[in-house]
Amino acid sequence: MFVYILKRLLVAIPVLLILIVFTFVLMYAAPGSPFASERGVPPAVLANLQAQYGLDQPFHVQIWRYLVALLTEFDFGPSFIYRDQDVNSLIAQGFPVTLTYGFWSFVVAVLVGGALGILAAVRHNTWLDYLAVGVSIGAQVLPNFVLAPILVLTFTLWLGWLPGGGWQGGQWQFVVLPVIALSTSFMASIARISRASMLEVLTSNYIRTARAKGLPMRHVIFRHALKPALLPVISYLGPAFVGMITGSVVIDIYFSTGGIGQFFVASALNRDYGVMMGITILLGALTIFFNLLVDVLYAWIDPKIRY
Amino acid sequence: MFATKSIADDLAGSPTIKGRSLWADARARFFRNRAAVAGLIVLLAVGTFAIVGPFIAPWNNEDIDWTVLGNVADGGRPSFETGHWFGTDALGRDLFARTVQGTQISLLVGIVGALISVVVGTLYGAIAGYFGGRIDNVMMRIVDILMSIPYMFVLILLLVVFGRSLLMLFVGIGLISWLDMARIARGQTLTLKGKAFIEAARATGVRPFTIILRHIIPNLLGVVIVYATLLVPSMIIYESFISFLGLGVQEPLTSWGALINDGAAEMTNGTLWMLAWPLFFFVITLFGFFFVGDGLRDALDPKDR
Repeated sequence: MFVYILKRLLVAIPVLLILIVFTFVLMYAAPGSPFASERGVPPAVLANLQAQYGLDQPFHVQIWRYLVALLTEFDFGPSFIYRDQDVNSLIAQGFPVTLTYGFWSFVVAVLVGGALGILAAVRHNTWLDYLAVGVSIGAQVLPNFVLAPILVLTFTLWLGWLPGGGWQGGQWQFVVLPVIALSTSFMASIARISRASMLEVLTSNYIRTARAKGLPMRHVIFRHALKPALLPVISYLGPAFVGMITGSVVIDIYFSTGGIGQFFVASALNRDYGVMMGITILLGALTIFFNLLVDVLYAWIDPKIRY
Repeated sequence: MFATKSIADDLAGSPTIKGRSLWADARARFFRNRAAVAGLIVLLAVGTFAIVGPFIAPWNNEDIDWTVLGNVADGGRPSFETGHWFGTDALGRDLFARTVQGTQISLLVGIVGALISVVVGTLYGAIAGYFGGRIDNVMMRIVDILMSIPYMFVLILLLVVFGRSLLMLFVGIGLISWLDMARIARGQTLTLKGKAFIEAARATGVRPFTIILRHIIPNLLGVVIVYATLLVPSMIIYESFISFLGLGVQEPLTSWGALINDGAAEMTNGTLWMLAWPLFFFVITLFGFFFVGDGLRDALDPKDR
């Protein structure tokens, strides 16, 4: 097991390095300087600015400095637009928010989706099954950016139950709609996956044996069927995580929650390369780490996998 | 003796029995599936809407109706008298024409993305699967790496760095769309590789690339078509996602995502039609593609039979 984790880590590190270098090269190759938008900057001032941020240095010096600062001090460098802030402080400001509703969305998607899928499989071809299938088909065509306006329309404008945006330090009223908007499509996918795999498991021979020897249904499901049925769900957690990270951008923009997605889009519109680069690398690192975690979890649970 | 002769004559005289090909079987299965046929009809209707729309729209998608400007909530509502069948947007532009244009762009992005994934992904997967060993290992590891990156951020990065244009959108979406297809094609190739007809081809000295193109890829087609159909909606979702953030196609071009975003921004003014129309087309098209894709899978994918 230890060797397996070590091996996966050894693969993850070059991937991360490639991502960093790729992002840096892209930013370096970008036409125009980050300060080009400012009107009437005298050449001397521009040169000073460039020197201050080290942009006058040759490519290899720049990337080396960036890598060293990033890897030794976790310093993502300065923001080129917000003069008084660097990327680290922006991330420190937005990341807890993203983490809060991201965590709850993940919990809701996995628990509700898993429960729904398994219930649907156990009660195959009943109204519950049809409901679960209906919900998962409906959620397929309602990605977060479509669901968010519909939710606000319903719960804020018509019913007036919940605020349509803001964060207020994460009071529950402000978290509910973002979590629903972000988690629904993943919940539906998890429900579909767990339903299909549970149906398959329930028809297998060892389940028939368990039922034939008179075990109560509850026993059969929780002790025998659940674990193998949830394996495909675990392998879906990686893509779900990536999807949620991506979706958080929509949540931040639509609900003005103030997470890092908001900074990402703002920096994309302002051409604030430092911030874009920092957020891309941070989220890339998180994704790679999470995928590693999922793989290890999978290998740990599934006895068929040898490492 | 004579009996057998007459039977033989009968057989020779009877109309030749037409063989049922794999594709004919699949077609029959597909058309028995009501949801899939309904999906197909919806898709044909949306396609017709996108093609015919510009010719029947009374307004141009770029012209501003000055009579409703400033009073969009009232004068811009959908009506037959003003010729704004779907109403106008917040700037007084005809929403019918805008929706037609958005439909064209969104469908185009979806179909081009799926086409790129079919060509690149199938070839890549077939090559990796057929050659196997170290080549396969390296090629699929590259796919794993690319898949583990939150590509949406890289795609936005690309759009910002190289400028927003339809071409860049195609390139960006094309860069990532083929990954899943490559995995699927590789998996199928692995099962095909051991079949007798491939062995026969190899034994008679056919070159590897000819085997891939002539023997492997035609046998992958069923699965590839199924996943391509399911890819179109996800490409449409990606594009709409980016356009929703205001980072996709630029005005005066528009797409469903951009229109939904515009409509959602105007929601509080009571001009719900701005959200409803693009949303309606977005949702029915996605439904259509999903149902057709599911129908095709039932018809073509031997796994589920």
